[in-house]
Amino acid sequence: MKAAAQNNFPHRVQTALGNEALQRALGRARTGFQNNRRRAVNQVAEFQRMRSAAREIKNHTLAHLDFYLEQFADAVRANGGQVHWARTAGEARDTVAGICSAGGGGKKIAKGKTMVAEEIELNPALEKAGHEVTETDLGEYIVQLAGEAPSHIIAPAVHKTRGEVLELFARHHGAKKRGGDTAAIVAEARQVLREKFTGADIGITGANFLIAETGAIVLVTNEGNGDLCSCLPPVHIVTAAIEKVLPTLEDLALFLRLLGRSATGQEISNYTTLYAGAKREADTDGPREFHLVLLDNGRSAMLGGEFRDMLRCIRCGACLNHCPVYGSIGGHAYDAVYSGPMGAVLTPLSAGLRVARDLPNACTLNGRCREVCPVDIPLPDLLRKHRMREFEQKLGGARGRLALALWAFFALRPRLYQAAAGALLYLLKKTAGRRGALRKFPLAGGWTQSRDLPAPEGKTFLRRWAQGER
Amino acid sequence: MTAESKPAVGLFATCLADLFRPTVAFAAARLLRAAGCTVTVPLAQTCCGQPAYNSGDAHSARCIAKRVVEVFSPYDFTVAPSGSCAAMIREHYPALLGDDPGLREKSQTLARRTYELTSFLADVRDFTAVDAAFNCAVTYHDSCAGLRECGIRRQPRRLLQQVRGLTLREMADSDVCCGFGGTFCVKYPDISARMAGDKAHAVAQSGADAVLGGDLGCLLNIAGCIKRSGGGARVFHVAEVLAGLAGAAIGEGEGEGEGGGAK
Ligand code: SF4
Repeated sequence: MKAAAQNNFPHRVQTALGNEALQRALGRARTGFQNNRRRAVNQVAEFQRMRSAAREIKNHTLAHLDFYLEQFADAVRANGGQVHWARTAGEARDTVAGICSAGGGGKKIAKGKTMVAEEIELNPALEKAGHEVTETDLGEYIVQLAGEAPSHIIAPAVHKTRGEVLELFARHHGAKKRGGDTAAIVAEARQVLREKFTGADIGITGANFLIAETGAIVLVTNEGNGDLCSCLPPVHIVTAAIEKVLPTLEDLALFLRLLGRSATGQEISNYTTLYAGAKREADTDGPREFHLVLLDNGRSAMLGGEFRDMLRCIRCGACLNHCPVYGSIGGHAYDAVYSGPMGAVLTPLSAGLRVARDLPNACTLNGRCREVCPVDIPLPDLLRKHRMREFEQKLGGARGRLALALWAFFALRPRLYQAAAGALLYLLKKTAGRRGALRKFPLAGGWTQSRDLPAPEGKTFLRRWAQGER
Repeated sequence: MTAESKPAVGLFATCLADLFRPTVAFAAARLLRAAGCTVTVPLAQTCCGQPAYNSGDAHSARCIAKRVVEVFSPYDFTVAPSGSCAAMIREHYPALLGDDPGLREKSQTLARRTYELTSFLADVRDFTAVDAAFNCAVTYHDSCAGLRECGIRRQPRRLLQQVRGLTLREMADSDVCCGFGGTFCVKYPDISARMAGDKAHAVAQSGADAVLGGDLGCLLNIAGCIKRSGGGARVFHVAEVLAGLAGAAIGEGEGEGEGGGAK
């Protein structure tokens, strides 16, 4: 699928850097997300304590994941829901497609935002089975119209400018007279989507959290579209990954506070809904059938390995919003379901390190992602672990390995190192002459293609110090 | 050590200062002496091993780390004019050498005694005797490892306040990475250049005449970017300014912009 294309990372980077509309959109989003988060986090004196508490709750839950998942599944069944375990993306896809196709094809499906559905490539499978799928989250709807994938886990269409969206709507909704502002875009989408909600046979949503003690599925949105997908159609299917489970409702309270603030800088998101299964007799509304598809897809393998910390992720997007690399190239350059720092950790695990090896390397390890992560995932350390596995498996280029080996050889032999350094400096200095910086130097093309190389002063410090200079 | 005795500092010059900018290391030595330390420069030093570590070559990194631990263990403190190298020793050596029974404790001890220059001067020595002039509006770039792994933010600013004639004009996003990232900058030059460009832009917007920082890698990157785009703010390591050794800026040739920043 996407694996082969991963090799084109440098090409995608260039395209992204050269795309002016994308750069404008990214610049605006970055500033907005960062300022909002900062304001929201500064309002809470105990934010760091909340982070540590959340980390500990997640660690505890992961250490007893089998227990909490069983507890959760039992509670869901007790609430009248059906639980489907899916080991792989394919199994999950088939399960959802099977539920949808019961009694025939041609169903109208209204879908709320779910990254798990992206992960299992659900839409193409449903469409192939003859169903009509409509994304109802505004951002997801926009990328669906554009025939694209989401470029951000919480803001799928963050790469699009308003002008591009207007154009897209004009093309798909027919020529209407429209004002160009955001309110007009939202109103138009709302009008179109309203019909999809009321006419849907099936609603599919994701879940932000799963509560073991009550079997509740927690959905957090800002548009309320998820609620319409889950309440109006007669069948509600939830796709969720196994690490979403939390032990108690009390735990949930903490996570809701962290999620809103970290993601969009809101104290709490606009709509937070807890679902507990299908409509009961006394209920006035709700779905007739309720299905929960629990996806593993490599996660239980991660539990026992060195990337376990990544399973704490609550998909808030803060690491993307604060990553200067993501902010420069956008989500599509990663060519994967998950982008940014968390995607650079996850993608090599799912697609394989060989094909995704650029992602953990295209990072300065500046640590801003970890600083903002609400569950304190050591993202830079995890990226470095990928690099270590890459080095062990000799996946990188031979030239890089050779340079590294050569450098290490000298670094372990101070005298030789100083001699070699002296020779190199002599060359550099001679090339520079009276100039303070070089525009080009052999083997330094990676540096000099986009910046000058400041010339060295002359001799090494150690040499001068040894000669008595102070 | 007694209250009167001078702490013995092993100066870790860092490979970049050793190669490109000895003035930074001389400035560090001068400041450490002014802060009442005896300074030794072990000549068997080369590099902290971070390039290997961050490239995934744990074995080479471990070999180099072992040597550094041996070479710098005799001193009361190890001080480096770099948050990045200091963080490597403080944060990563114990993990790297943790499985080696002979070196576990030694590496932890060294980690505890290792500091970045400005944090050592401000936090450990409470140094208030800066004797330097720099008639310049400067802005400060917070390098990532120093900021996030060593907690360096107010220390250099506190020291710079003591410099005669210097005013500080903070730039936007001073804590955002400049795109250096060690080998990152040559492996992914396009992304790196974009990030460096953003940094240079923030520097220019601040209206400062010079940009200072505590890590030579970032400074070479920022200076190289400013130079390529036709000039702008001058670039110095914070130690050079604090020690009164700010002559030619990084990337400045002979005859260019002389005058120690006195404009
Ligand atoms: S890794 Fe942390 S910051 Fe990034 S999406 Fe997950 S929880 Fe949010």
